[in-house]
Amino acid sequence: MRDLIRRMGRPKRAFMLLPLLLLSGCNWDVLDPQGAIGMSEKTLLITSVLLMLLIVVPVIVLTLAVAWHFRAANTKAKYRPDFNHSLPIEIVIWVVPCIIILVLGVITWDSTHTLDPYRRIAAGDRKPINVQVVALDWKWLFIYPDLHIASVNEMAMPVGTPVSFNITSDTVMNSFFIPQLGSQIYAMAGMQTRLHLLADHPGTYRGISANFSGDGFSDMNFNAIATDQAGFDAWVRKVRASGAVLDGAAMGKLEQASQDVPVSYFGSVQGDPYEDLVSSFMGKAMSMQEATHPSTHPATSGAAGMAGMNMKD
Amino acid sequence: MLGNLTLAAIPLDNPIEMGAVVFMGIAVLIVLGFIARYNLWGYLWREWITSVDHKKIGIMYIILALVMLIRGFIDAIMMRTQLAFAYGKHHGYLPPPHYDQIFTAHGVIMIFFMAMPFMIGLMNVAVPLQIGARDVAFPFMNSISFWLTAVGMALVNLSLAIGEFAKTGWLAYPPLSELHFSPGVGVDYYIWALQISGIGTLLTGVNFFVTIVKMRAPGMTMMRMPVFVWTILCTAVLIMAAFPILTGTLALLTLDRYLDFHFFTDDGGGNQMMYVNLIWAWGHPEVYILILPAFGVFSEVVSTYSGKRLFAYTSMVYATLAITGLSFIVWLHHFFTMGSGADVNAFFGITTMIIAIPTGVKIFNWLFTMYGGRVRYDVPMLYTVGFMITFTIGGMTGVMLAVPGIDYVLHNSLFLIAHFHNVIIGGVLFGYLAGFNYWFPKMAGFHLNEKLGKRAFWFWIVGFYVAFMPLYALGLMGATRRMEHYDNVAWAPYMWVAAFGAILIMIGIGHQVAQIVVSIRDREMNRDLTGDPWQGRTLEWATSSPPPFYNFATLPEVNHAEPLWDAKQRGTIERQARDHYEDIHMPRNTGAGFIIAVFSGFFGFAMIWHIWWLAIVGVIGMVLTLIIRTCNDNIDYYVPGEEVASIEKAHFLQLSSADMEKQHAD
Repeated sequence: MRDLIRRMGRPKRAFMLLPLLLLSGCNWDVLDPQGAIGMSEKTLLITSVLLMLLIVVPVIVLTLAVAWHFRAANTKAKYRPDFNHSLPIEIVIWVVPCIIILVLGVITWDSTHTLDPYRRIAAGDRKPINVQVVALDWKWLFIYPDLHIASVNEMAMPVGTPVSFNITSDTVMNSFFIPQLGSQIYAMAGMQTRLHLLADHPGTYRGISANFSGDGFSDMNFNAIATDQAGFDAWVRKVRASGAVLDGAAMGKLEQASQDVPVSYFGSVQGDPYEDLVSSFMGKAMSMQEATHPSTHPATSGAAGMAGMNMKD
Repeated sequence: MLGNLTLAAIPLDNPIEMGAVVFMGIAVLIVLGFIARYNLWGYLWREWITSVDHKKIGIMYIILALVMLIRGFIDAIMMRTQLAFAYGKHHGYLPPPHYDQIFTAHGVIMIFFMAMPFMIGLMNVAVPLQIGARDVAFPFMNSISFWLTAVGMALVNLSLAIGEFAKTGWLAYPPLSELHFSPGVGVDYYIWALQISGIGTLLTGVNFFVTIVKMRAPGMTMMRMPVFVWTILCTAVLIMAAFPILTGTLALLTLDRYLDFHFFTDDGGGNQMMYVNLIWAWGHPEVYILILPAFGVFSEVVSTYSGKRLFAYTSMVYATLAITGLSFIVWLHHFFTMGSGADVNAFFGITTMIIAIPTGVKIFNWLFTMYGGRVRYDVPMLYTVGFMITFTIGGMTGVMLAVPGIDYVLHNSLFLIAHFHNVIIGGVLFGYLAGFNYWFPKMAGFHLNEKLGKRAFWFWIVGFYVAFMPLYALGLMGATRRMEHYDNVAWAPYMWVAAFGAILIMIGIGHQVAQIVVSIRDREMNRDLTGDPWQGRTLEWATSSPPPFYNFATLPEVNHAEPLWDAKQRGTIERQARDHYEDIHMPRNTGAGFIIAVFSGFFGFAMIWHIWWLAIVGVIGMVLTLIIRTCNDNIDYYVPGEEVASIEKAHFLQLSSADMEKQHAD
C-alpha cells in the first residue's frame, strides 16, 4: 500500500497542477468571466461541483473498492448471500443525498433570484445603457435607442456600466450569448426577452447565437467591445460617422438571409424599428395581448408601451 | 399523380449521400439475395413476419435497434470528423444543409430507432417470462407495434435516398420547422416517421401495462415482481401518459405545415414557446422511459452475478416510483433561458435536483448488493460497474445544469452534449448492452462470445471517456452545439481527441458485430442446454433456452420474490417431465399487423410528398385490414397436451445430459 502511494506521488503532483492548467489562458470563457454576472455564475458552478464531489468521490471509490474486493476469485472476501437489508444503511443512503440536495436547493433558490436575467444590476449612480438586439438570418443587429445609432455584428459598452438588453428576433429562435460576460437568453420573434450584463474589464468578447437557427448559424458571431468611457464615446463617434440610415428600406435589406456578415454601422436610426418589428408579428392579436397582459415587472417598465409580449408576465 | 415527387428528389449531386444510398442499397440486396438463395421467404413469413410471439417480436426489435445503432453511429462519426477539420478558415467536408441533416438524423435515430426499440425488444423478451406468462396481453397489437416502428425506421432511411431529412435538430423547434423556414420535405419525413412509430410505442405501453397488471403468475404479488418488471411497469405508465403529448404536438405542427394554421408560427398569433413546452412535457418523461428499464436491467444483473438478492428491494421500488412521478414536473429545465421568472426557474431547478435523491439511493443499493457477494465479471457485470461510475459523473453534471444560474452559461453548449451522452451512453446504452448480453442465451439458445464481448466493453467505455470528456471542456470554453465550423483554432485539439474517442467506440461496435457473427458461427459449441446459464434467480431462467413457444408447460406458482432461487434452495425444481399436461391456449399468427403497417407506410410516404390518392389508399387499407381482422374468429388454438408432453420430454432429456456433462467435467 505504501508502495502504491509512493508510486502515485508524481502523477498526484501533476494532478494538483491540473486546475492551474485549466484556468490559465483565455480559452476557458465560462471559467474566465470578465463581468459581475459571469463571475457569480462561475462561483456558483464551482460551489455546486465541490458540494457534489462530497458524495460523488466516495461513491466512485466505494464502487471500485467493493467491486474489486468482492470479486469471485477473492476467497478472503466473506460471502454473505443473505445480506440484503440494513435499516441503518438505508437511512444513511436516503438522508445524505437529501441533505446535499437541501443545501444545493437553498443555493439554487437564492442564486436563481439574484442571477435573474431580468433583474437590473445596481452599479452606484451609473445609469444603465439601453441596447435593443435583433436576431436576423444570420447576423445580429444592435440598436442604441438613446443614442439613435445601430450596428451589425458589433456592439460596445463602457466598462462598469450595466447594459440593459431588450432582445427579439426577426426570424427563428436564437439565443443571445456573450460567454465571458455571463447569462444567455433566447431571442424570439413577436416578443421580447430581457437581459442585464456588466463588463468589469476592457476587452473584445466573442458573442454567439447559442440556439441553432439554420444554415448560417455557425457564423452568426459578433464582437462585444468593453472599453472605458472615452473609448466608448470614440466608438459612438465612429458609428455616427457612417452615413447609413436604419430605416424601413435598410431593415428590409437586413431581413434578407445572409451568412458570415461583416461589421457595419448605421449613423442614425429613423423611427422605432425595434418596436415596429416586434409588433409586426402580432397583427391584430397584439392589441389583445396588451390589454390582457399589462406589463407589471419593474425590470420591463423601461419598455412601457412596448408592443408585443413581455416574457416576464 | 406523384404529388411533389420528382426525379430531383434523389440527391444525385451529393456524392456523400449517394454513397450512403448505394451502401444501403447493397446491404438490402445482400439480405434479399441471401433470403432468395436459401428460399427463406415462406419461413420468414410464417415464423417471423406474422409471428405474435413476444420472444420473436423482441428479437426483431433488437435486430432493428442494432442496425440503427450502426446507422446513427455513422452519423456521429461524420460529425466528429467534420468538426476535427472545420476550424479557422477550414469549413470541413460537410456543408451546413448536409451537416444539419446529419445531426438531426443522429438524434432522431438514436432515441427513436435505436434506444426505444432496443428497450422494447428487451422487455418483450424478458417481461412475460419473468412474470410467468405465456405471452403479452395483446399479442396481435404487439405485432402491430413492432411493424409500425419498422415503418417509421424505413421512412427515416428512405429520406436519405428520396428527398431530405429535417435540418432542425432532433426536436424540430418551430419556427425553424415551420413551412416558411423549412419548405422541403425533411420535417415532413420527421413528422410522419415519428407519428407512425409513436403510435406503435403507445400501443406497446398499453400492452405491457395490462400484461404486468393482469397476467402475473399465481402468487406473484406486486412486491414479488422482479425489479426489471417494476421498471417496465413504470415505463409503460410513462409511455401512456407522455406519448399522446408527442402525437398531439406533432399533429399541431402538421396542421401548421399542411393547412396554414398558426399554432407555432412567428406571425398570426402563433406561439413557439408552446411547442417547446409541449415537446419537453413529452421529452423529459421520455428520458426516464429510456433509463428506467436500464436501471431494471442493472438490478437483475448485479443481483445475479453477485449471487445475492438485491439490496433493499423495497427502497428500489419506491425510488423507481418516485422517479416516475417526478419526471413529469421537471420539463422546464430544458429551457431556463426562455425568460421564465426566477420563481418558476428555481422551482423546476429544485424538482430536477430532487430526482438525484432516489437515483443516488439506487446507486447505493447496487453497491450494497455487491457488498458481501461473489461477483462474477461476465460482460453484463462489466457494463454494470462501468455504468455505476460513469453515471455518477453524468448525474453530477446533470445536477449542475439543473441550477438555473449555471445553465445560463452552459445551456446548449457542448457541456450539455457531453452530459446527456454521459447518461445516455453510460446509463441507457450500457444498460441495454448488459441486458442484451444477459438475455442473449435465453433468446437464442446459445452463448455470446465472452472474449469479444469484453473487448467491446473496454472499447466502449474508454472510447466514451475519450470522446466526451473533451466536450465537457469545450463547453466550458463557450463552444455551442450544432456548429458546423468554428473560428477558435484552440478548440481543434479537443475536437481531435473527441474524434479519436469516436474511433475507439467504432472499434467497440466492430467487436460487437464480430461477437454476434462469431457466436452464431460457433453456436453448436456454445449451446445453453440448461436454460439457466448464469445461476439465475427469476422465472425466465426456469424454462429452456430458447423457451418453447408457450413459455411454461405449467404456469409456475410463485411464493417468493426470487422464485427460481427459492426453488433451488429448497430443491423443488422439477427434474423430469410430467406424465400429463393440460392443453395450452395460444394466439394464432397473423399477417394483419404487418399489412396494416405497410399501408401506414404508404400513407406516411404519400403525406410527405402530397400524393393524396395514395394517402387515401393507405388509410382505407389500414381500416379495412383492421375490420377484416376484427371479423376473424379463428385467432386462437389449443396446443394438445400430448404435444406439450413431447416437447417437455425432449427438454428434460437435454437437461439431464447437460447435468451428466457437468458431472463429467467436474
